[in-house]
Amino acid sequence: MAEPVIAFDQALKEFDPVLGLEVHVELGTRTKMFCGCSTEFGGEPNTHVCPVCLGLPGSLPALNRIGVESAIRIGLALNCEIATWCRFARKNYFYPDMPKNFQTSQYDEPICFNGYLDVDVDTDEGRKTFRVEIERAHMEEDTGKNTHMGGATGRIHGADYSLVDYNRAGIPLIEIVTKPITGTGKYAPEVAKAYVAALRDILRGLGVSDVKMEQGSLRCDVNLSLRPSPEHELGTRSETKNVNSLRSVERSVRYEVTRQAARLLAGQRVVQETRHWHEDTGVTTSGRSKEQAEDYRYFPEPDLIPIAPSREWVEELRSTLPENPAVRRARLTKTWNISELEMENLINAGVLELVESAVNAGMSPDAARKWYTGELARVANERGVEVEELGVTHVELARIEALIATGALNDKLARQVLEGVIAREGDVDSIIASRGLAVVSDDGPLLEAIVAALAADPEVAEKIASGKVQAAGSVVGAVMKATRGQADAARVRELLFAHLGVSE
Amino acid sequence: MAAISRDDVAHLARLARIDIPESELDHYASQLDAILEAVDKVSGLDTSGVEPMSHPVKMENVFREDIPAPSLNAQQALAGAPAVEDSRFRVPRILDEE
Ligand SMILES: [Zn+2]
Repeated sequence: MAEPVIAFDQALKEFDPVLGLEVHVELGTRTKMFCGCSTEFGGEPNTHVCPVCLGLPGSLPALNRIGVESAIRIGLALNCEIATWCRFARKNYFYPDMPKNFQTSQYDEPICFNGYLDVDVDTDEGRKTFRVEIERAHMEEDTGKNTHMGGATGRIHGADYSLVDYNRAGIPLIEIVTKPITGTGKYAPEVAKAYVAALRDILRGLGVSDVKMEQGSLRCDVNLSLRPSPEHELGTRSETKNVNSLRSVERSVRYEVTRQAARLLAGQRVVQETRHWHEDTGVTTSGRSKEQAEDYRYFPEPDLIPIAPSREWVEELRSTLPENPAVRRARLTKTWNISELEMENLINAGVLELVESAVNAGMSPDAARKWYTGELARVANERGVEVEELGVTHVELARIEALIATGALNDKLARQVLEGVIAREGDVDSIIASRGLAVVSDDGPLLEAIVAALAADPEVAEKIASGKVQAAGSVVGAVMKATRGQADAARVRELLFAHLGVSE
Repeated sequence: MAAISRDDVAHLARLARIDIPESELDHYASQLDAILEAVDKVSGLDTSGVEPMSHPVKMENVFREDIPAPSLNAQQALAGAPAVEDSRFRVPRILDEE
């Protein structure tokens, strides 16, 4: 049931929003955090499991070195301090997707703490940098996957029973928690989105995760509270789960501001609770109430040895950090001589890396951008996949581009060649040969088609002869049609005017 | 001296998913009290300057390399399950705690 809301601008006149963001990222290690089971996505149910990740009695965890290194590298990229000594802890609760009846996590000794991430947001006064302070980034493990059976909706409500697959149980997670983010005012939704986007870029740049929000390898919980003014103490917050796209992060913050403001203005209080975000309707609904403090009875995990990262190790890992994405972006914007908006488009299309490697391989920035944000983005969007997943290499694009430059392909034919490349029909030249896609610039067949087009529409010849050269368009169009798009349009015009004895 | 109340017992029972009837709460409260009192004797010792110990053997940084090891197959994994469906563990209706 939808709750009352008030207008966002109105809410901001009355209240000061305070954000908090918790991001879980699934690491891209080959094996799980505490056992050698594969982390590969999409295996048959319960085939990537062993006594450790099934929580069988007597099994003992063994910590994945790359999991720890990834955690430290993430911390360093987020300007965190790295603990000199820390332990894992057991977070005790019962849920069928967690076979040990506790989650191995970190409690008061996170491996990374006290960091920050600067994010840029467009404001009325131009682009402004907001500093998001990071409280901690700690290591933990993912849970299994429940499928709720029976009932009407396949949801947990009204389900008759559930089926559990533990392939995901024990996959390394890093939870990154911000401090309360204040001072954003009306830009709270944009700051939240910009933070998650910037974090995603950093994680991708580090190569520690595939950071696919839609597949759940990056998940975001959004905490929000309101207070009458920045001088007041923090208000009661709600925690919205299931916010799994950048757009949803922004929308859910906006929605919660308007919902909480409506409650407070009506003299009601905000309930401290978990809420669920609904992508389709753009609202949050009430979940579990957190009025009663949870009692997880954390205690140090006795089966895992404490971690004491030496400063040498930390510095060695620091030296593996890639260029900060924001710095890199500014550099490429300048080198490629493009606008900030054009750079934004590349990032939003998820093709910055692809364009960069194409440019590094010798393609011009303009050509690379044209392909990746144009035709390839369109096809990817149509199929609901990432551009990257189309599997078109810059070598193939460079070949197509070269053939356009020599006139052997026109844009229309190039698109058809690309279609063949995406369908893995072979290399560019063999696709052109097998699909018969080369531009017809042989004058013979073109002239034949011109004569036929003029015969079909005798008036047009007179128009052109009398100086209305724009009428040539219809002839060129007819010739293109007759040659199934394979004619060299410029050559057709030349031949047409020569044939009619007029000069352009 | 009752350090453990009826409410504490009820709370612990709920956390542990143990069904304890109302009538038995006092019974367990006094038993748990006795245990706590016994353990409480340690508080009489001077432990200032003694670090709480979580690991009896001093070791640090024990890691496993990120190399896949064989997993169980689904039959083996599910062998001890009370109920199985579709290669998954079949569990009773989950109360809504999400
Ligand atoms: Zn395992």
